Amino acid sequence: MSDIDTSRQGPQATYQAFLAQGRFMIQRSRETGEHVFWPRVAAPGGAGDLEWVAPSGNGTVYAITVNRARSGDRNIALIELAEGVRMMSTLPRVETAPIGAPVTARIEEAADGPRVVFDLTGGDAA
Amino acid sequence: MSVDLRGRAAIVGMATAGTGEAPGFSAMELLGQAALAAVADAGLTMGDIDGVFAATSSHAFPTMSVVEYLGLRPRHFDGTNVGGSSFELHLLQATLALEAGLCDAALICYGSNQRTAGGRLVSMSEPQWHETPYHPRHPITAYGLAASRHMHEYGTTRENLADVALAARDWANLNPDAFARGPLTKEEVLASRMISDPLTKADCCLVTDGAAACVLVRADRARDLAAKPVYFLGGGAANWHRSIVAMPDLTTTAAVESGPRALEMAKVGREELDLVMLYDAFTINTVLFLEDLGFCPKGEGGRFVGDGRIAPGGELAVNTNGGGLSCVHPGMYGLFLIAEAVAQIRGQAGERQIADCDLALCHGNGGTLSSQCTAILGSEATL
Repeated sequence: MSDIDTSRQGPQATYQAFLAQGRFMIQRSRETGEHVFWPRVAAPGGAGDLEWVAPSGNGTVYAITVNRARSGDRNIALIELAEGVRMMSTLPRVETAPIGAPVTARIEEAADGPRVVFDLTGGDAA
Repeated sequence: MSVDLRGRAAIVGMATAGTGEAPGFSAMELLGQAALAAVADAGLTMGDIDGVFAATSSHAFPTMSVVEYLGLRPRHFDGTNVGGSSFELHLLQATLALEAGLCDAALICYGSNQRTAGGRLVSMSEPQWHETPYHPRHPITAYGLAASRHMHEYGTTRENLADVALAARDWANLNPDAFARGPLTKEEVLASRMISDPLTKADCCLVTDGAAACVLVRADRARDLAAKPVYFLGGGAANWHRSIVAMPDLTTTAAVESGPRALEMAKVGREELDLVMLYDAFTINTVLFLEDLGFCPKGEGGRFVGDGRIAPGGELAVNTNGGGLSCVHPGMYGLFLIAEAVAQIRGQAGERQIADCDLALCHGNGGTLSSQCTAILGSEATL
C-alpha cells in the first residue's frame, strides 16, 4: 500500500485558484460525464476520475430567499447549472427573481475575494 | 441478522428545567438540574447511571462535560451530534447499548442558556466553504430556500404556513410551561417582520433557554420502577446531505426513509398514532414532515394544516406542547419532543392532555433539513 499522492493541491484550493484567475471551473468525470459541484475528491456516485471543465455559465434559479436586514436586503439563491449541478450564489443586480428564471454566471470581485454570481439572462428586469 | 428492539427499553424518568427563560444559569447548570430530576423521577440514584448520551450546542465533548459535572463513572457513552435530531438517535443508541449489556441505566441529556446568554441561536456548526462567499444566515436561509421551492412546486402559501404557527400557539395556550402564550391571529402572523423570504419572525421557532433529560432502562427492570414506563418501540434514521446546496430535492427530506424505518421496527401503522411530535424549527418543517412521514400526499401539507386540523380539537394531534414555535426551542429541541410524548403517554399533560394517548411519534430534524431521526414511543398497552 502506498500513500495517496498529495503533492498537488486539493479540489477546494484548485477551484479557488481558478477563481482568482478569473475562471469559473467545475469538475466532471471523464468516464461517466457526470458533473460535480461543489469540488471534492470523488463524485457522489463514486467516480474518482474528475477533471476540471468550464461550465456554460447558464443556469436557472432553483430556489431563492431574500435576507432582510437593517444593513440591506440581499438575495441568496440556489442555482441549477445547465450541467445539472446546483450551487449557492446570489443575483446582486436584482432584489429577487422568479424560480425557474434563466441566469448567466459572472465572476465578481467581492470584499472577501472573487466569487461566482449570476445575472438574469438577457437583462436585469426582475 | 437483526435484533428485535421493539419494547426492549423504556423511558422511566423524564424532566425539563429552565424552559423559556432561566437567567443566571449556565447551560450545564440547567442540564444538571434536568438530569438530577429525571433520575429522581425514575426512583434511581446518580450512582445507578452507567450510560451517558449527550449532545449540546456549546460543548465540544458533551459526554465528558456531563460526566464530570454530575460525578458519574459511566461504562458506556455516546456524544453523537446530529443537531436537533441527536436525541431521537440517542434513544435508539441507548436501547442498543442496554440490550447489549453495555450499560444498565442510560441518561440522555441536553441543556442551553442561549436566550439569557445572548438571545441568539448558539451553534457550533462550521461554515461551508462553498457557501461562505454568499453569507447565508443559517439556519433560516436554508429553510427559506426550501419554503420558496415548496411554494413554487406545490402552490403552498404564506397563509398555509401561518396555519402551522397558529396551531402551535393554540396548543401553547393550553400549556403553562410554554414560553409564547397569548392570542395570535392570522393577520398578526402575516404582518410579522420578514426575515428570509418567505419566512417571517412568526415562521421561526423561539430562542429560549431550556434543558431536558430522560433515563432509560431495559423493559424488565422498568416495570419495577416508580414511574409509568414509556417504551421505545422503534427508531429510524436517514441522512443525505449536510449543506442545503446538496439536498437532492428541497421539497423532500430524508424523513421519507427514517419514518418508515421507525414504524417498521415498531410494527405500527401511522394511522394508529395518537400523537405526532414534529421538529418545527420553522413552519415549513411541519408541512414537510407531515408529507414525508405520510400523513398527507407530497405537496398537500400546506392545505392539510388548514381548518384547524393539527390544532387542539383537530383530527391529528401535532406538537401538543406548542412546539418549537411557541413552547420552547433552546437551540436543539429534539429532547423536548420526547418530553412531551412522555407527558402525554403518562397522562400528565394537564389541560392539553389528549384522550387515550398510547402511541407517539417523535421526529427530530438536524442541520439544514439534513439529519432525520424518527422514534416511536408507546405505553405498556402497546407491547
